[in-house]
Amino acid sequence: MNMSLIGLEISVIGLGLVLMLADLFMPAERRKFVGYAGIAALGAMLLFSFADVGTCSIAGTAFNGSFINDGISLFFKRFFILAAILVLFIAAEFSDRFAVGSVAEYYSLVVFALAGMLFAASANDFVMLFVSIELITITFYVLVSFQRSKLASLEAGVKYLILGALSSSFMIFGIALIWGTTGELNFTKLAAVAPQFETSKIFLLGVLLVLVGLGFKIAAFPFQIWAPDVYQGAPTPTTAFLAIGSKAAGFVLLLRFLFTAVPSVTMHWGKLLIILSGITILYGNLCALPQRNIKRLLGYSSIAHAGYLLLGVAALNAAGQTAILYYLAGYLFTVLAAFLVIALVLRHLDTDDISGLAGLGQRSPLLAATMTISMVSLAGIPPLAGFFGKFLLLKSVVEAAQATGNQGYYCLVFTALAGVVMSLYYYFGVVRMIYWSKEPSDMSPIALSPAAKLTAWICIMGIFWLGLFPNSVLVLAGEAAKALGK
Amino acid sequence: MSILTYIAGWPLLAALALIVVPRNYRVIIRAIAVLATLISAVLAIKLFCQFVPGAAGYQFEQQIPWVQSLGISYHVGVDGINVGLILMGAIVAFAAALCSFEIQTREKEFYILLLVMTGGILGAFASLDLFFFYFLHELALVPTFIMIGVWGRGEKKNYATFQITLYLSVGALIALIGLIALHLQSGANTFDIPKLIEHVKTHPFSQGAQHLIFPLLLFGFGILVSLWPFHTWAPLGYGVAPSPTAMLHAGVLKKFGLYGLIRIALPMLPEAAQCWAQVLAWLCIGNILYVGWVAMRQKDLNLLIGNSSVAHMGFIFLGIASLNLIGISGAVIIMIAHGFLAALTFALSGYIYQQTGTLQMCELGGLCRKLPFIGTALLMAAMAGCGLPGFANFVGEATVFFGAWTVFPAVTVIALWGALVIGGVYMTRAIRNVLHGPLVEKWNSLTDAGHLWRKLPYALLLASLLVFGFWPRLLTEKINPDVEKIVAQIPPAFCVSSSGRESAQNPFAASQSRLAPAATK
Repeated sequence: MNMSLIGLEISVIGLGLVLMLADLFMPAERRKFVGYAGIAALGAMLLFSFADVGTCSIAGTAFNGSFINDGISLFFKRFFILAAILVLFIAAEFSDRFAVGSVAEYYSLVVFALAGMLFAASANDFVMLFVSIELITITFYVLVSFQRSKLASLEAGVKYLILGALSSSFMIFGIALIWGTTGELNFTKLAAVAPQFETSKIFLLGVLLVLVGLGFKIAAFPFQIWAPDVYQGAPTPTTAFLAIGSKAAGFVLLLRFLFTAVPSVTMHWGKLLIILSGITILYGNLCALPQRNIKRLLGYSSIAHAGYLLLGVAALNAAGQTAILYYLAGYLFTVLAAFLVIALVLRHLDTDDISGLAGLGQRSPLLAATMTISMVSLAGIPPLAGFFGKFLLLKSVVEAAQATGNQGYYCLVFTALAGVVMSLYYYFGVVRMIYWSKEPSDMSPIALSPAAKLTAWICIMGIFWLGLFPNSVLVLAGEAAKALGK
Repeated sequence: MSILTYIAGWPLLAALALIVVPRNYRVIIRAIAVLATLISAVLAIKLFCQFVPGAAGYQFEQQIPWVQSLGISYHVGVDGINVGLILMGAIVAFAAALCSFEIQTREKEFYILLLVMTGGILGAFASLDLFFFYFLHELALVPTFIMIGVWGRGEKKNYATFQITLYLSVGALIALIGLIALHLQSGANTFDIPKLIEHVKTHPFSQGAQHLIFPLLLFGFGILVSLWPFHTWAPLGYGVAPSPTAMLHAGVLKKFGLYGLIRIALPMLPEAAQCWAQVLAWLCIGNILYVGWVAMRQKDLNLLIGNSSVAHMGFIFLGIASLNLIGISGAVIIMIAHGFLAALTFALSGYIYQQTGTLQMCELGGLCRKLPFIGTALLMAAMAGCGLPGFANFVGEATVFFGAWTVFPAVTVIALWGALVIGGVYMTRAIRNVLHGPLVEKWNSLTDAGHLWRKLPYALLLASLLVFGFWPRLLTEKINPDVEKIVAQIPPAFCVSSSGRESAQNPFAASQSRLAPAATK
């Protein structure tokens, strides 16, 4: 076995250990800056992944085929590292709200969660799938309840723990049923034997239960119930990482499971996926309409976006898979931009009420612009990333409709359109609050650290770049999606 | 670089430049906006003059690949159909920028949005790529919502913003699905409009696909153009919108849907167009008659103008529905004429509102004595709206009626009645109430548009109406050859109904047998 295949994962875990040990040597007040060392190390790994000699760009399998490096794993590994870098930036800005000196521990937990996501990107086996999901989820239990003095944070942690454990048990049951009927755990081998078991109810129940577990990760209906509470209660950097990292990990596993492990079953389940996607879109958007708490609003909006992403899954074609990858790339910058602003602006407020953003247009033009661009992109308006992503997703669904003649796809398209129209209301509500609120109570300018400015600019550039010059990322996404179909 | 890129690019560049200008430099902000739109307008006039009527293919073309794998490229070019629209759009945008002196709060944001809107819509008209066509329109559409929501006037502002956002977003998204379906169904893997049209000539769409996609485009674009019964957003929206926004939207942006029907739906889905023409013709009666009646009952000048603008869309739809050379040419002429006219009337009502603070016609009266210039301009605009010869609207409407008569005699008779009688009634009544009669005491302090800059936008729009009214050849010689190409692809009138029954060749008989929309499945 070629150990260098998992070189990236090993170095990320090493980094996590180093960050944890930094606690022993650094004085408490300087631990905030440990994060920048972590960012630099992750940045180096990200750059290294673009070099031809990078370990994660070597294609191949390890651990008897349970770990695979291919196009899609490479795409997602870069994606996760970039997400973790931006989350660490947000965490460094947020560090004054953690217990004194505990921030280095927080950094190392983020890096461990990242390691779980990297393994998830390469999982080609149910064991690897389950272990990577548990690594992510258990780390997140701690990350969610990290503000131990805050009741809301603890409550969110408990809710996440109970529902997470429940969904894990569903998933492990599903895996057991699949293994029990087919005798295979490896995705590639399972794909070969799955057609024989298409009529076995126990096998199909197993597939369904695994879907339940993954549905929980991506917060799709009807497993979305945790998302708003946890988003609201968790510390803002955790929410950000949950919104992008955990969701994307769920999607890479979902894609691998549906299109590599059980493609023969998936092809018959178009209807189920259509219904799931449609209801998720409607649920997320309808519930987001009356929200006043900005983090809760983004929690519901993340459910809606899970629904949009499921459009690409439901389309059951390569265009849909490419669209998912592209949409996630745009979503990364958009969501992290929003949470960065929330972390910075609502710093001294007890609540996360939308009115905390009032007058931001005057208090900090850069943050106001960042938040506006993020909201407009989430709403899917050109020329930003969200528009092109939604365009690709809708295009893939229309393509599926024309290829299969299934009228359900047309219904799905119009459901998605209804969702998009609804979402304009609450996204523009946020923008309105930023620029045109009646009487902001606090008009003091917001001081920004250079790191915060840099992060805001990275997000803005990312959103515009993906909206205006989609070609390069689209090519990467297209190549990555090819790896699924083989 | 094509001159078209500059026409759409200067306003967008200026919008970017405005971001860095501090907000208290009001004069500079205004000057940049006016200058950028002036450059666009001058370039558009140059483009219009240099355009060679009847030349093969598109002129002033430019193509830059954008996303190769999807076949999307930045591709602009003009033919006879959009050259006039671009000219109209650029002139209206310049006039709208000049009229923006009425905006007193948050000027910087307003001008940025105005310039984005201008650049977006001019780009959309110039675009020969399906994706950019939609993309740039959407770019222009969103600022409209924000401008109405923030700078709108009156108590119904929030409701109107909500309504217009909802309607237009739904319309745009339905059209988007139609465009995506069109692209995918063609199988050409390109978004390039000329290439798609060429491809469709050799590989026509199946009947089923045409009948699925055409309604999406018709109603998607139709909502954007306030096709009856999806028009209710328009009068109220324009009623509360700040006048530069109303000018640009009613004048220019709204024509996008009509342009889309002529540019995309008719040449690519000719058979479905033939079938749906019947439905469209009867729906446009709703625009002309019903909305005309509604306009007669209005007490607010802006609502009256808004309704009359919706009513005018009926003539354009009628022209398109006639599917012949005369009718479609007429539709394009009205699109241009109505652009100037709508901009002019909204600019004038905006001036009156700014002076008096009200547009309730019962409170106004005798304004012509205090506002001779504005009053005269309003009178001329109203006459143009009634279709008085000498204004470009007359040319267009007359042409549409000639074209439509051969296909839909019954509809044409009703429409003519609506145009001449109803239009005449509400326009002359408004003129009497607002301009003539005894001067109300409290309006003694009003001042007319003073110096040249203030008069310029109104004069410019009026002059454009008169130029094309007296010299329609300027437009028709450009429009006709390209409309002919589109008409040539439309098969002679026939329609396979759901039962497979083929209607008679005689268009009049066909119209009788297909009165009910349900039969036109």
